[in-house]
Amino acid sequence: MSAIPATASGPQRRVGRVGRASQSVGYALGLPLLLLVLWGAWVTLKEPKFIPTPSQVYRAFVDTWVGPAFMEDVVPSLARLGIGLVVSIAIGIALGTVIGLVKWLRELLEPSLEFFRAIPPPVMVPVIAVILGQTGLMKVVVIVLGALWPVLLNTIEGVRSTDSVMKDTARAFALTRSQRLRDLVLPAAMPRIMTGVRQAMSIGLILMVISEMFNASTGLGGKIVYFQRNYLIAEMWSGIVLLGLVGVLLAVIFGFVERRILRWYHGLKEVERG
Amino acid sequence: MAETLLTVEHVKKTYESATGSVEAIADISFTMNSGELVCIVGPSGCGKTTLLKCIAGLLRPTDGLVELHGKRVTSPPPNMALVFQEYGRSLYPWLTVRGNVELPLKHKDLSREERRQLVDDALEAVGLGHAHGSYPWQLSGGMQQRVAIARAVAYQPEVLIMDEPFAAVDAQTRADLEDLVRALHRDRGMSILFVTHDIDESVYLGQRVIVLSNAPTWVQEDLAIDLAAERDQITTRALPRFTELRTHIYQQVQRAKRGQAVRPGA
Repeated sequence: MSAIPATASGPQRRVGRVGRASQSVGYALGLPLLLLVLWGAWVTLKEPKFIPTPSQVYRAFVDTWVGPAFMEDVVPSLARLGIGLVVSIAIGIALGTVIGLVKWLRELLEPSLEFFRAIPPPVMVPVIAVILGQTGLMKVVVIVLGALWPVLLNTIEGVRSTDSVMKDTARAFALTRSQRLRDLVLPAAMPRIMTGVRQAMSIGLILMVISEMFNASTGLGGKIVYFQRNYLIAEMWSGIVLLGLVGVLLAVIFGFVERRILRWYHGLKEVERG
Repeated sequence: MAETLLTVEHVKKTYESATGSVEAIADISFTMNSGELVCIVGPSGCGKTTLLKCIAGLLRPTDGLVELHGKRVTSPPPNMALVFQEYGRSLYPWLTVRGNVELPLKHKDLSREERRQLVDDALEAVGLGHAHGSYPWQLSGGMQQRVAIARAVAYQPEVLIMDEPFAAVDAQTRADLEDLVRALHRDRGMSILFVTHDIDESVYLGQRVIVLSNAPTWVQEDLAIDLAAERDQITTRALPRFTELRTHIYQQVQRAKRGQAVRPGA
């Protein structure tokens, strides 16, 4: 009958934690470094036409992206991605909560939602481009139309499957409507919502690039297409590397936010696993 | 003369399903006075939880009525608190112990200071004065159920309804929690309706034990427990009268299980 301490602390543990951190950094960087070496060796030996050496890509990366291009192409792309994701998450959670709570609405909408979700978002790009023109708005709309679904459908499912005893508890203690929403429904659905957000982020990144690839427009995706068409091979690869780095950055931000929001959930799971 | 707190009159509950209707509760009537500690005991599957949900206003009885202070219960009344069997699903894992106990108080008309006082007092009463900041899942099962009891106590209900609250905790913890319920009843004069399938528990805790029949359920016996008010896990349970009472109820439950008991007036 004693409380299990929430977090380990104290000087002894701290040393262990630093040791473990450096170990995990070693693991994280070990494979990429090995791949870089293999890549360099292979390109030097075989001299393939469309694959430059790591150092060529590195130089192209610095020349292409460090400087005004960062502000002109990368920042607008990332801004559109950010806006698109925020809008998707906001609409997805708000709409998903309403649909998840109202049974008849759910039964009315769910088949249609599954249909819309099944449409691969890239096919919508030319249509939306015709309607809205080659504007930033069009690109944000493309991102939202793809990234919305996982958040929406996961929120619906999370809200719908709120535990019955938890709901009875809320009723028995006469919690108000806003209390039920803030202190029961949304936290209970949050693990599912975060699953949706994670999917939305990767879909959003893909659509950010694709929305820029049509009609040789600007932005990160537009630049990559431009390099491809002009045989600027190292520059093209440097753009792809940059995309990968953006993906890693997004994953890191997500992981940080998720650990904060779902601290209780991870703790609970850890206890359940024993 | 004590005032009648709770009246259950000819409550009947039939579940409708695709394969036909199932009669869970046939006809249950009893009353409970203010300040009483009443135990309801019956064979498993006899509709104890259904009955409690009807009393708590979580389920609407098919027929009959439930009254609290002469007022018909149609939705959960504000002066009633519940403790569920499944503490792990009744406490909110995203709130701390304090947050869980405080949550139902937030919509009551209380100052911040009064609220803090109530939470502290309730946690102190269940012996969890030290665990405010922990999360429920960091505690043992028995302690989690203490948190649920603290939440009910802080809510300041006139009647506390407990649905097999100790079915999922180990025997030692269970004895401690039983004494906690006795203490809440004695020291705070709380009216408690306690449902259990454990016959010993019902005799040890109750001033009265209501024995339910098999489903479709009715009240098979309403028995006054004439043991002294001061009870103790060791001496009370060793009394010859305790054994008599538990034997009597045990036989009643066995008859109920075999379906031998005859429903009065049926």
